[in-house]
Amino acid sequence: MEKVLEAQNINKIFRKPVDFHVLQDISFSIQKGEFVSIMGKSGSGKSTLLYILSTLDTDYEGRLWLNGDLLTGKEQKQLSRVRNEHIGFVFQFHYLLSEFTVLENVMLPAQKLGAKTRLEIEKQAYKSLGMLGIEHLGKKRASRISGGEKQRVAIARALINKPDILMGDEPTGNLDSFNSENVFQIFKQLKEEEGLSLLIVTHDGDFARRTDRIITMEDGMIIRGNG
Amino acid sequence: MTNWKVILHIARTHLVTKMKSTVTAALGVTFGIGAYITLVSFMTGLNKMLDDLILNQTPHIHLYNEIEPSAQQPVALYQEFDEAINIVHSVKPKKSQRKIHNALPILNYLREKENVKGASPQLRAQIFYLSGSIEIGGNLIGIEVLEEIRLSSFKDYIVKGSAEALLNTENGILLGSGLAEKMSLSVGDRVQISTVKGDVFPLKIVGLYQSGIADIDNIQSYTNLKTVQRIQGEAENYITDINIKLFDLAEAVPMARQLQKQFKVKATDIIAANAQFETGSNIRNLITYAVSVTLLIVAGFGIYNILNMLIYEKMKDIAILKATGFSGKDVQLIFMSQAMIIGLVGGVMGLLIGFVLSRVIDRIPFETEALPTISTFPVNYKLGYYIIGIVFALISTFIAGYLPANKAKKIDPVKIIRGT
Repeated sequence: MEKVLEAQNINKIFRKPVDFHVLQDISFSIQKGEFVSIMGKSGSGKSTLLYILSTLDTDYEGRLWLNGDLLTGKEQKQLSRVRNEHIGFVFQFHYLLSEFTVLENVMLPAQKLGAKTRLEIEKQAYKSLGMLGIEHLGKKRASRISGGEKQRVAIARALINKPDILMGDEPTGNLDSFNSENVFQIFKQLKEEEGLSLLIVTHDGDFARRTDRIITMEDGMIIRGNG
Repeated sequence: MTNWKVILHIARTHLVTKMKSTVTAALGVTFGIGAYITLVSFMTGLNKMLDDLILNQTPHIHLYNEIEPSAQQPVALYQEFDEAINIVHSVKPKKSQRKIHNALPILNYLREKENVKGASPQLRAQIFYLSGSIEIGGNLIGIEVLEEIRLSSFKDYIVKGSAEALLNTENGILLGSGLAEKMSLSVGDRVQISTVKGDVFPLKIVGLYQSGIADIDNIQSYTNLKTVQRIQGEAENYITDINIKLFDLAEAVPMARQLQKQFKVKATDIIAANAQFETGSNIRNLITYAVSVTLLIVAGFGIYNILNMLIYEKMKDIAILKATGFSGKDVQLIFMSQAMIIGLVGGVMGLLIGFVLSRVIDRIPFETEALPTISTFPVNYKLGYYIIGIVFALISTFIAGYLPANKAKKIDPVKIIRGT
């Protein structure tokens, strides 16, 4: 099977306030179409790892590949492009641009990419919203919709450029059980129907158990699930 | 690879949703630029008027015979006193004729030169104006009316009657307005003048002349060149002054020097004659710019403040934009374009307000004895000042926007998303 994401000997040290070895020699990979979750206690370094994998954080040692393309050492500008084109990101606190409409929020990354016309992007954005069942919210301001809806909008935004991998930082952490289940179903559907690879950091054991593989982290090391 | 459409779209949305701050920031620029345009238009208008007042009456080069002592006194020519110290008391000016030697050939020579717009001959005579038993000392200047009208704004200063009437009346005179008032004379009356030698001539007043400078208007009158020559009992080539207008003012200095050597006459150029006016204008301009720059700096701080606040408010948005693939440069451009939009809109509004205020000032009545040609405040509508104004606005907002935008560029999205 083809590897979407591969990390080799990732080390990260926080310098402030005191030197702290937060990630120790992390190596693992994710196959295409795999739904992986990362679990671990607070402070185990799982979020830190996710930020490194998503190229937002470049201050680390080790090497990182996306689709066989070495990301380590690339310039910020190129990494922005990689994030834009190949990585979808969903956060715990939905993080929509509150002044923009739902539709605009979804469209922005695609407009940034600039590969399609506005009309095509809009059509695709509506399709994504429709798949997530929130088509009717398109013209609403992002600040005027509920938490569960916001998270679905964030997912639609993450998918707009048809990324190779979707990363989530506790995407259900701030949702009630109904909405959590909803989000999980969406992820599962994306994996099954679109063959999307997913890497989700979560606290939620129920959520993690139903994924293809659980990577468990403790004290900056992977103690289980690296296979 | 910058996608301007998206960047401007985001910038615009930020500005529109923060309408109050946007308007406040833009108003700062508007007032700065508006004040600059108003001030500079009014100030330079005044400068120009004051300069014109003097400069229009000053020829670019003035040729005349100066009454002065010989540069080399006769004793210096006497070789036996070469080694001695010569002390000559009460040196007298050299006796020479007042007329310019060979004036007509010089005139012809000047009129044929390509860089000379024109040369007009004048004959200045000391005379007395007679009013009953009272004699008022003064000047009578003989001019070639048509040349004078073509070369200077002479015509503007005739407040009653006309210059053409002088041309048609052989014994006509354009009396100084101060003189007319003193002697209770008006157009159509006759005035008696007496030459230094004592001959009395009656002249018909065809107009009143008011230069705006009282000292001149109280003593000086104009008439035809031929009339003065006849009064003085001199020939047609008797000319005491030649006024030269050039196409290019800058050539005045070298040309004056050359004419002085060539014709052995005194030649003064306009720049030497009016050095102090330049200084006055420069200082007024300096004040205008100092005030405007101060206003713009204040406006700049306003923009800086508002953008800084905006960036603190938008930290999360910036993190999101960066996480979804916008580069630091894109984020910087978003905030820079906000600053520039504020600068452009505020600047254009400022130009408009400046223009409107200038129009208002232009309409305010401003009538004064000293300035017969002026009825409202003078305003200078030079396009250049409007260009400087908008460039000023853009530069100051660019600087004010650059620092906050640069900060936004450097924001680390991980820190924001982690919440630390």
